[in-house]
Amino acid sequence: MDFLERLFGRRKPTSKIIAKERLRLVLVHDRASISPQVLDSLKEDMLDVISNYMEIDRRGTEVTLNSDKESVALIANIPVIGVVGRNKRGVRI
Amino acid sequence: MGEVIVVTSGKGGVGKTTTTANISTGLASMGKKVVMIDTDIGLRNLDVVMGLENRIVYDLVDVTRGDCRLRQALIKDKRFENLCLLPAAQTKDKTAVQPEQMRELCEKLKKEFEYVIIDCPAGIEMGFKNATAGAERALVVTTPEISAVRDADRIIGLLEAAELPNPLLIVNRIRPTMVKKGDMMDIDDMIDILAIDLLGVVPEDESIVVSTNKGEPAVLDMKSMAGQAYRNISRRITGEDVPLISMESEDGFLSKIKKFFGIQR
Repeated sequence: MDFLERLFGRRKPTSKIIAKERLRLVLVHDRASISPQVLDSLKEDMLDVISNYMEIDRRGTEVTLNSDKESVALIANIPVIGVVGRNKRGVRI
Repeated sequence: MGEVIVVTSGKGGVGKTTTTANISTGLASMGKKVVMIDTDIGLRNLDVVMGLENRIVYDLVDVTRGDCRLRQALIKDKRFENLCLLPAAQTKDKTAVQPEQMRELCEKLKKEFEYVIIDCPAGIEMGFKNATAGAERALVVTTPEISAVRDADRIIGLLEAAELPNPLLIVNRIRPTMVKKGDMMDIDDMIDILAIDLLGVVPEDESIVVSTNKGEPAVLDMKSMAGQAYRNISRRITGEDVPLISMESEDGFLSKIKKFFGIQR
């Protein structure tokens, strides 16, 4: 991959770009003043609520903060296994 | 009535004291009546940067405690009649001064001086609260490093919470050659991230080390690049519209051209 990238003239990002990206991410967390512990308990609470409606893969769940230029978003990636009270084909059981 | 300006940064070692010394001396050289207050109790340094360490008798804590009169504690600068320093205490307890006392002190000083420049200690605790208590305007000093910019962001948030909104940014120790190579954040990057207005840019300059060694602020050295930058900053503080000098803006300009042509390096 590296070789291909070099062949097509795409260089590795400069250290300034790496610094800027890292800084952006650190500031998202600083500014939201959400500690990893708070984010974790938020995640658990969210999963508890969702579990009332859907069967989900708790272990495969990821909850993170992300930022665009101006806004911060809470991104949750929650794999759904099925809906509570129905089988795989959607038939009520 | 004078104006009370606090020089902050959050992170230590980014050049708060050097900046305080240079803009105060710069303003004094323009004929303004200026007093500097070193609020870094226990770690005083502004006196040595100014070359006034041998003249200290009383300090900030003596004044707030009422152990001496304010006038007795003010040290006159060697070079300018209209420039004074109120030094920090070196041996006393950090908690010896309260924000309310600082507010009173600043009120008194601004009746007599056109500019009261406060050198804030690093950190966000008591020293920061004291330094900002009497201030009306804040300058945030940072360097082009992740740690310094991160702390600057926190400080800007705390300043807003302390009702000192719209602080101005001073970017210190920028190295144009590293910026050109893409190995140092440029001014645009930092303004973009911190979202505050720029007051000035000071290049990394060996003359700062030399001038600190001698106790003579670089702003008085006409050959020093950093000195020129501080002269410009001082003029901007008085409200003069001084454009960024080529060294200051070159990188921004270059990076814009490069961005235009899509060149990364």
